[in-house]
Amino acid sequence: MIEFQAVTKKYPDGTVAVDGLDLVVDAGKITVFVGPSGCGKTTSLRMINRMIDPTSGTILLDGKDIRESDPPLLRRGIGYVIQHAGLFPHRTVLDNVATVPMLTGKNKRAARSRAAELLELVGLPTEMGKRYPAQLSGGQQQRVGVARALAADPPVLLMDEPFSAVDPIVRDDLQQQLLRLQSELDKTIVFVTHDIDEAIKLGDRVAVFRVGGRLAQYATPSELLAKPADDFVSSFVGRDRGYRALGFLTATGVPVGPVATVKIGETAAEPGWVVVVDERNRPLGWLDQGSTSDAASADDVVSGGSLYEVDGAAGTAGSLRNALDAALSSPAGVGIAVDADGAVAGSVKAEAVLEALATARRTGEVPA
Amino acid sequence: MNVDWPWPWLPRNVDKIVEATGEHLYLALLPVLAGLVISVPLGWAASRWPAVRLVLVPLAGVLYTIPSLALITLVPLLLGTKIIDPLNVQVPLAIYTIALLVRSVTDALLAVPGEVTAAATAIGFRPAKRFLAVELPLAVPVIVAGLRVAAVSAMSLTAVGALIGIGGLGGLITEGFRRNNAVEMVVAIALILVIALIIDALLLLAGKVITPWTRVRQGAAK
Ligand SMILES: Nc1ncnc2c1ncn2[C@@H]1O[C@H](COP(=O)(O)OP(=O)(O)OP(=O)(O)O)[C@@H](O)[C@H]1O
Ligand SMILES: [Mg+2]
Repeated sequence: MIEFQAVTKKYPDGTVAVDGLDLVVDAGKITVFVGPSGCGKTTSLRMINRMIDPTSGTILLDGKDIRESDPPLLRRGIGYVIQHAGLFPHRTVLDNVATVPMLTGKNKRAARSRAAELLELVGLPTEMGKRYPAQLSGGQQQRVGVARALAADPPVLLMDEPFSAVDPIVRDDLQQQLLRLQSELDKTIVFVTHDIDEAIKLGDRVAVFRVGGRLAQYATPSELLAKPADDFVSSFVGRDRGYRALGFLTATGVPVGPVATVKIGETAAEPGWVVVVDERNRPLGWLDQGSTSDAASADDVVSGGSLYEVDGAAGTAGSLRNALDAALSSPAGVGIAVDADGAVAGSVKAEAVLEALATARRTGEVPA
Repeated sequence: MNVDWPWPWLPRNVDKIVEATGEHLYLALLPVLAGLVISVPLGWAASRWPAVRLVLVPLAGVLYTIPSLALITLVPLLLGTKIIDPLNVQVPLAIYTIALLVRSVTDALLAVPGEVTAAATAIGFRPAKRFLAVELPLAVPVIVAGLRVAAVSAMSLTAVGALIGIGGLGGLITEGFRRNNAVEMVVAIALILVIALIIDALLLLAGKVITPWTRVRQGAAK
């Protein structure tokens, strides 16, 4: 657990970067600091590992004032992933990762074998360890940065805009991987970003900062979307916040209706929209059958919208957002629900989603 | 000039040439080494404190512009050394080396990307270790480039020392001039030149060997 108590940082030139910050970062959770440029996110983060010392106030790490720790020793117990990775250009990828274990006293062989494990953990082939950072793509460098930060197995991980310099697809990949790693490792992660979508996707809790280093709101992502504290937060959270809030509600209450399916070469039972499926009943697209006499032809298949995943057996379902999007993006006006194997499980209607939302509101599941 | 070609001079004076060459290398390279050792902490200080930089870098520039003849004749007076003390040549050469390298080292250290040093600090390097393990290695290519210029200049500047009686191969040049011995002069000049080129090539090679990361292609391989 990391606790900020009335922490203020004023730089020598008079800039107040952080102003009276009170905040508790939960152990084993991802806490995201988000806010516009210059609002003091990096400053707040770097005060945790004493790269910057507060002007006033106290920071406790597991109940202990960090001022009592020798900074280099403190830092060896706190992983740090820096924007643009900040890899050592003169060391191979493997040795970049091995740097930390070596600092903490491991011999070169042990450090390197640990480094090789970590490369694997972050999804990089071991052969890549022999390369220099300049020989990697931006996304690969970020992975190495994460591996290096994890190398000493620190309980705390600080990440400063680690994924902001890579393209959206790679970013999505890295985000998924971070969530996967976190589900195995249970680190206390403080993650800085200026991207509210990233904050909502990754954060167990999100701290929204405003310029001048003041905390505007500290809440779970769904609370933030449903009940922004003020105009600043609501404009920062941005457009479509009602729609995005649906992403935090499971669609278990949404009924899955029947849907007509047809295989290529076969004939549909009724005219109208049918789902074209493959041998294993997985959807290939939609077909608008004028009459039942024509056999379904691959040439006429219209590609479908997003798929909504339900798992009848486990009783789990995707989010209301998934369900609604499946319905809205489908050419037929109803969304396709698929099971865990990807086979067609039924259909979902937009109205049903809105009804489920209304019910959730009535029962208080959604903060109104 | 009345030049006759006493070719037999060469084989009769091999010992003398070898001795002069050894002296020349000793006079030229020791100060370069000393200059390097002194420049690194000076450059470190200049890269770290702007106030130091503001003094050191212009001072180095001024020192470098002092004519070598002036420095070589002035230094013995200032140091109070004896007439034929090698220091009379070596101290000026060290000064030139420092004047040249302080700037290189400072610039090279300042060019180390901020996120790399920040990452090193965040990982838990102490400042001294960080300097030796991260900043200095990254400065090596620029330092080697400066060192090559310093070493080559030192080879030719050493010859000027012959004017105050300590010049290694430079001594052969002045002696050849006095005795009207063109071969002696040509041999000495050629040796200075060839040795300077060899030293330059060796430094270039050594620089490449110790900085393997500068030889990789940029961008993702394959
Ligand atoms: N060393 C410094 N000296 C003076 N002012 C500084 C210093 N470092 C940061 N600041 C100022 O403090 C404020 C907060 O900076 P900080 O880097 O923490 O912002 P940030 O939220 O991380 O911004 P970004 O999203 O752009 O990275 C800014 O106004 C910045 O200009
Ligand atoms: Mg920042």
